[in-house]
Amino acid sequence: MKLTGSQILLESLRLEGVETVFGYPGGAVINIYDDLYDSPIKHILTRHEQAAVHAADGYARTTGEVGVVIATSGPGATNTVTGIATAYMDSIPMVIITGQVPTALIGNDAFQEADICGITRPCTKHNFLVQDLRDLPRMIKEAFFIARTGRPGPVLIDLPKDIQVASMKFNYPETVKMRGYKPTIDGDERQIGKAAQMILKAKRPVLYVGGGASLANADQELLKLAELLQVPVTTTLMAMAAFPGEHPLSLGMLGMHGTYFANMAVTECDLLVAIGARFDDRVTGRIDAFAKKAKIIQFDIDPSSIHKIIRVDLPVVGDLESVLTSLLRQLDEKPQDISIQIEQTSAWRKEISGWKAKHPMGYQASKSVIKPQYVIEKLSELSNRDAIITTEVGQHQMWAAQFFKFRQARTFLTSGGLGTMGYGLPAALGAQVAFPDRQVIDISGDGSFQMNSQELATLVQYRLPVKIAILNNNFLGMVRQWQQLFFDKRYSQTCMELPIDFVKLAEAYGATGLSTDKVDDVETVIKKAFEVDGPVLMEFKVSREENVIPMVPAGKGIHEMVLAS
Amino acid sequence: MKHTISVLVENEFGVLARVAGLFSGRGFNIESLSVAPTLEPDTSRMTIVTRGDDRILEQITKQLNKVISIIKVVDFTDEEYVERELALVKVTAESDSRAEVLRIVDIFRAKVVDVTPKSYTIEITGAPGKIDAALVLLTPLGIKEVVRSGPVVIGRGSKGVSN
Repeated sequence: MKLTGSQILLESLRLEGVETVFGYPGGAVINIYDDLYDSPIKHILTRHEQAAVHAADGYARTTGEVGVVIATSGPGATNTVTGIATAYMDSIPMVIITGQVPTALIGNDAFQEADICGITRPCTKHNFLVQDLRDLPRMIKEAFFIARTGRPGPVLIDLPKDIQVASMKFNYPETVKMRGYKPTIDGDERQIGKAAQMILKAKRPVLYVGGGASLANADQELLKLAELLQVPVTTTLMAMAAFPGEHPLSLGMLGMHGTYFANMAVTECDLLVAIGARFDDRVTGRIDAFAKKAKIIQFDIDPSSIHKIIRVDLPVVGDLESVLTSLLRQLDEKPQDISIQIEQTSAWRKEISGWKAKHPMGYQASKSVIKPQYVIEKLSELSNRDAIITTEVGQHQMWAAQFFKFRQARTFLTSGGLGTMGYGLPAALGAQVAFPDRQVIDISGDGSFQMNSQELATLVQYRLPVKIAILNNNFLGMVRQWQQLFFDKRYSQTCMELPIDFVKLAEAYGATGLSTDKVDDVETVIKKAFEVDGPVLMEFKVSREENVIPMVPAGKGIHEMVLAS
Repeated sequence: MKHTISVLVENEFGVLARVAGLFSGRGFNIESLSVAPTLEPDTSRMTIVTRGDDRILEQITKQLNKVISIIKVVDFTDEEYVERELALVKVTAESDSRAEVLRIVDIFRAKVVDVTPKSYTIEITGAPGKIDAALVLLTPLGIKEVVRSGPVVIGRGSKGVSN
């Protein structure tokens, strides 16, 4: 039996195990949408293509599966770009299918034509323009393989309209054969052995964990490693949920807005073990002051991450789950060395406890005005253990990382690399689609929220009970903070002059809106929101000029923190 | 430091743009680039001349290896290799200078491939340094146009670079 290109696409998606796609129809994908009408695949109609991509990204980050998006040609395709770049920077597995004008019209400036393969080349792991229907099944197979293996990432398939309509006999390939793509999985045993030796010799070791640990589902191995050797763990923004926030060995986040004790521990350590972390500038501060007393071991799936920013003493390339499992196996063979190691590092842990006591994470509490950090603490306290938190980008994002105590892997979705405002709401939408019965909370700011607030409509349409907590300071707070500290309080274009009635906005879409400016009401509002069986927007009118502290000013080493505003 | 890199790629849509885009997007420089299919029609070979210190070259090689359409990357810098470039040079050649141009052609074992009463077009093959030297000598005579292919390289010895 012959199938059309669009039927082949949907059948291939089904064979890849895709149950849900996010998207937005249009002229160049109308055939796909016609076939979708009869397909078992569930489609979520967002209100903007960018949101469809973030939603698929949220779906992918919580489930570990490949998120799938369909968008039309031209503006539909270009609207996906920010979402794709966001996923690319954070290594999120995704397949984006865009419609394209018929092959005969490509290059003619046809209606709704955009060279989306050209545009997304630098922000996809790979992309395909389908020029012949016979290539389509292979390309879809390869797209999913590329997206989910190695260092994951988004892959785009540009599918011209005439190819969607053409038909042929369909056979889905069972294997992929690509000469240019063979990701390493197992790490080199000898290198791992050397790493074990270095770790056992260290007197002041620290594990520096990044998003790669989450992506590789290596959180359990990480916990075992930390507990086996009693090594303190600091995580990047991308890995906050990869290690339990309340664990005694947790140092919280490091870097520009990291904790005092994490930054001091990294500065003073004699061995830094980077696990799926890429030495981002927001983490390292001034690079020549970063961990300069330490030998560095780097575990990473991506060879190009090794020695990119900093020369490391021992690199190990491989899948982190496999590498850490093998490291644990090698360590398990040396129980005596482990006891000696725990003994010889006890002074180090004591020193870190001293730093924790000297400058714990905190803020100046208030009875008269809501402190944003207080709202985060309350959300952390009142939410379920398996609640999924998303954020937008800015001060609220940093406070979420600093004050929410994450308890479970894949529960913190945030745009770390690209720093995309407007990410959190659609990502929450996608996470809620993946887990209809779990609490999903978008921690937001008033600025970021307005970048994709149209998705309230999608939440209501699909009865997705996402809870939104807007920390409203009527400012673009992070930029305002920089202007305060480094530009003499010249608040150029950071004051959102017009106060928005967020309650009415929620209600206009058919969602529930709650608002308060009273400290005593914070808990009540959160509890009430959690009880509502539908989407709720909570607005907390917070102290307007609160700063994110600690802060490492640009160009400084991470030990040179500003500790008070 | 100058490096010459051979890159075997899938001979497919957009592959040149992927390589060129990678260099420009990451701030690497391309001094020259030449590309043509190999014996296998589905594989092309690029020769790229670039500059950078060891750290940059390590990144260039690793980033190239990450591109899905790239099959193999070989940095020839520390290898023994033969390097050849082709230049076509259109030189002014009127009565008084015609003989001098031909002498230079002879010295550099070049070839005249087109003649008019006012010009010679010369084909010069060799390592880039040889072409540079010929151009230095031809310049005073009046060069109207130069086209250089950029070098291609192949390793010395019996072993070949294969996919």
